Amino acid sequence: MSQKLDYLRETASQTAGPYVHIGLAPLATGIEIFDHDLGLDIAGPNAKGERIRVEGRIIDGMDTPLRDALIEVWQANAAGIYAHPEHEGEVEEGFRGWGRSVTDFQSGEWRFDTVKPGAVMGRHGRPMAPHLNLWIVARGINIGLHTRMYFGDEDAANADDPVLNLIEWEGRRKTLVAPREVRDGMPVYRFDIRLQGEGETVFFDV
Amino acid sequence: MAKLGEFYQRDRSLHPPALTPVYKTSVARSPRFSLISLENSASETTGPTFGQGDIAPGDNDLLTNYAADGETAIGERILLHGRVLDENRRPVPNTLVEIWQANAGGRYRHVKDTYFAALDPNFGGCGRTLTDENGYYCFRSIKPGAYPFRNYVNSWRPAHIHMSVFGSGFVQRLITQLYFEGDPLIPHCPIIATLPDKSAVEQLTAALDLNATIPLDTIAWKFDVVLRGRRSTMFENRMEGN
Ligand SMILES: [Fe+3]
Repeated sequence: MSQKLDYLRETASQTAGPYVHIGLAPLATGIEIFDHDLGLDIAGPNAKGERIRVEGRIIDGMDTPLRDALIEVWQANAAGIYAHPEHEGEVEEGFRGWGRSVTDFQSGEWRFDTVKPGAVMGRHGRPMAPHLNLWIVARGINIGLHTRMYFGDEDAANADDPVLNLIEWEGRRKTLVAPREVRDGMPVYRFDIRLQGEGETVFFDV
Repeated sequence: MAKLGEFYQRDRSLHPPALTPVYKTSVARSPRFSLISLENSASETTGPTFGQGDIAPGDNDLLTNYAADGETAIGERILLHGRVLDENRRPVPNTLVEIWQANAGGRYRHVKDTYFAALDPNFGGCGRTLTDENGYYCFRSIKPGAYPFRNYVNSWRPAHIHMSVFGSGFVQRLITQLYFEGDPLIPHCPIIATLPDKSAVEQLTAALDLNATIPLDTIAWKFDVVLRGRRSTMFENRMEGN
């Protein structure tokens, strides 16, 4: 026998279920209770850097897009600083770096309008290529899935990224890289997330 | 740079695995490859912060936040309260807690919910609040009803409230569901059956709290949430190098 460690144990996850939008994006379901839904404005009006759109679908193992999912993003500003009191550096007034989007009830498309983040200093002084941290919940997902989106126009930075390089199977790294196109003058990154099957997206235990 | 400690590794044995055939929807929505283990960087140790400007004072009162003036939602009036703590038993202050639930008949205000139970015109079904400096939160609502769902033909969800919590780092992000002590449907629920650990189910079961009950008014239920803890030792954590 020994002394008991007095840590608590993390509360277990349970699926967000089919009605997650009622709680986290009520206006999207037509429920007008709050004066605003949270997470609609990621960067704010003062953020420096390139204004971009990120969009995609979340696709299940039957090749069908989820139409009842919710996705959250956490990102640094264009200078690679997170809007967090203990991350050294300043972010622009109104830059939150966090957002949430619901998949369209018909098409399954989700979308964020934001600014492109800068490289973030990683462990051991190794910079990480610009990336978005994403978290996905839905009916049928028992515990939220963490992944990252990297930018298709950052080949050199991506090639040196310590996290992408952790993925032993080089062919799977590209599941995290979104190609860039320009649509009506707006840079758009297209990022389909595959939960299962061919091209399954890399998810992280973070 | 970052003073923020890394998080303790998530004990996955407490959480449902991705693939749980007992809960049929998980079968096509579960990754088949192993998760790639990632040590924390600033992308993981930081997370969004929220303030009073994000919410309004009545947002945590589901009895009235959707009701017409002078009306309240129908059902057993409840107070749901507790603390958000981390694994180090420290309170998590100023963190956003959001809940959603069915009405007293077991019906959600959602186009996809086609259950026969009636909608309550005075009940929306969502609320949000920030924990105070001691990690304490409180909601007022009605006790949700049980409802059927298509898993097996005769699958029922016990009364439950969905809860989303943030913490101070993005990897603490948690969505869970709380159940009510004594509910006979708990042992029959396929979604609860995804939990591999009986003690995890107990931890998800709110306790009847007669001390906090408001006599002649509202029954109280106590539910504490535990988020992942951070490392902090006399020696610096080693995120920045060896
Ligand atoms: Fe539910």
